[in-house]
Amino acid sequence: MRTFEYRTPETIDEAISLLKEAGGSARPLAGGTDLVVQMKERATRFPYPETIVSLDRVAELRTIDFSDSDGLRIGSGATMSDVATHPAIQERYTALAEGAGVVGSLQTMNMATIGGNVCNAAPSADSAPPLLVYEAEAVIAGPNGRRSLPIAELFRGPGETALESGELLAELRLPVPPAGTGAVYERNTPRKQMDIAVVGVGVSLTLSGDTIGRARVALGAVAPTPRRAQAAEAALEGQPANDETFAKAAEAAATDDCSPITDIRASAEYRRHLVKVMTARLLAQAANRAKGTS
Amino acid sequence: MPRQLITLTVNGREREVAVEPHWTLLETVRDALQLTGPKEGCGTGDCGACTMVVDGRIVTSCLMLAPQANGRDVTTIEGLQSNGSLDPVQQAFIDAGGLQCGFCIPGMIVAARNLLNDNPSPTLDQIREGLAGNLCRCTGYTKIFEAVELAAERIRGSA
Repeated sequence: MRTFEYRTPETIDEAISLLKEAGGSARPLAGGTDLVVQMKERATRFPYPETIVSLDRVAELRTIDFSDSDGLRIGSGATMSDVATHPAIQERYTALAEGAGVVGSLQTMNMATIGGNVCNAAPSADSAPPLLVYEAEAVIAGPNGRRSLPIAELFRGPGETALESGELLAELRLPVPPAGTGAVYERNTPRKQMDIAVVGVGVSLTLSGDTIGRARVALGAVAPTPRRAQAAEAALEGQPANDETFAKAAEAAATDDCSPITDIRASAEYRRHLVKVMTARLLAQAANRAKGTS
Repeated sequence: MPRQLITLTVNGREREVAVEPHWTLLETVRDALQLTGPKEGCGTGDCGACTMVVDGRIVTSCLMLAPQANGRDVTTIEGLQSNGSLDPVQQAFIDAGGLQCGFCIPGMIVAARNLLNDNPSPTLDQIREGLAGNLCRCTGYTKIFEAVELAAERIRGSA
């Protein structure tokens, strides 16, 4: 690895001013499981950083809080292990615990942060479909103060986000899921761990009786960004929660909500097939969770 | 780039090292501290040969920058023995023949010890999952898993 200047701010404000001072040649560093690899392989999507602003001493980025009134706040520096094992996340945001709990290996999850997973903006990021179905808001800190964006608007393309130079993702805010909600995330990979999603699917269903009130479906690795599956959602809301509805929604997701590519992991056709099969299965599973039967 | 001084505890001993910011924790431990147990396999966090414990959690030390380890508590394979006796996990790998070339073993044993600290009675699936970040190209894993089962049995027996 070529060398660089290394800075260790202790607050978000300090990190922002260090990034500003160094100009466009600085990069924030979180867990390093993407950035350090890219730097070693000279494969960054940006010029090799002259300054690294390490976020590992910024304690305020590491916190996770949940309350019934404000929902969930996750600091961008929380590791995948922190997220996957947090009791409130395991209980109320099951799909997110599942997404965070499959990233790489234990070693990876102990280093990788949720902010890094989001900002690296891989279409296959395992935390992304869960964050989309929970309608997370991204709180962004920058030289001009804070702004917030729906997570869906943060992803702009492979490796590209709406963050401006000098801005940091500070935290993610997730509203409390409505009563009667069941959610699940699953991905397809040839290996169980240390692999990257061929397709990732997150779903969240809110039932009143047997009718679907609210449906959220999100897909990973089948478009330039992780994305919501609006056609599938429209095929679900107001319909009875049964296999026929789930099959129609899964068909809509595979036909209208994705634009997969063929690459080393799978063909576009196979990805579409997976979207259909996985969406139908996961909707049934989410419905069971919503009813409290699994 | 000027070197910067970092202080870290390695295997219970406080060490001060002058590092360059782009050194990894693995390079620091191997080259500056001469603890050559941890190995660099892939250098990209995939193989786990460089696994160390940092503040109680296993990491791939090839992806941690040296200054990120400032102030941290680090355990390498060298830190598992006590007073010249091998850790039960190390002994079980020898007794069960859980190795061939041995390159992956320092990381494998550190990860296995971490697994058994968290879960003294893991099922075979839990062992597989706990070691999923550690690749071995010789053994086919069977004897590695048997070694971890043997270690778990012995640790439970002595507790």
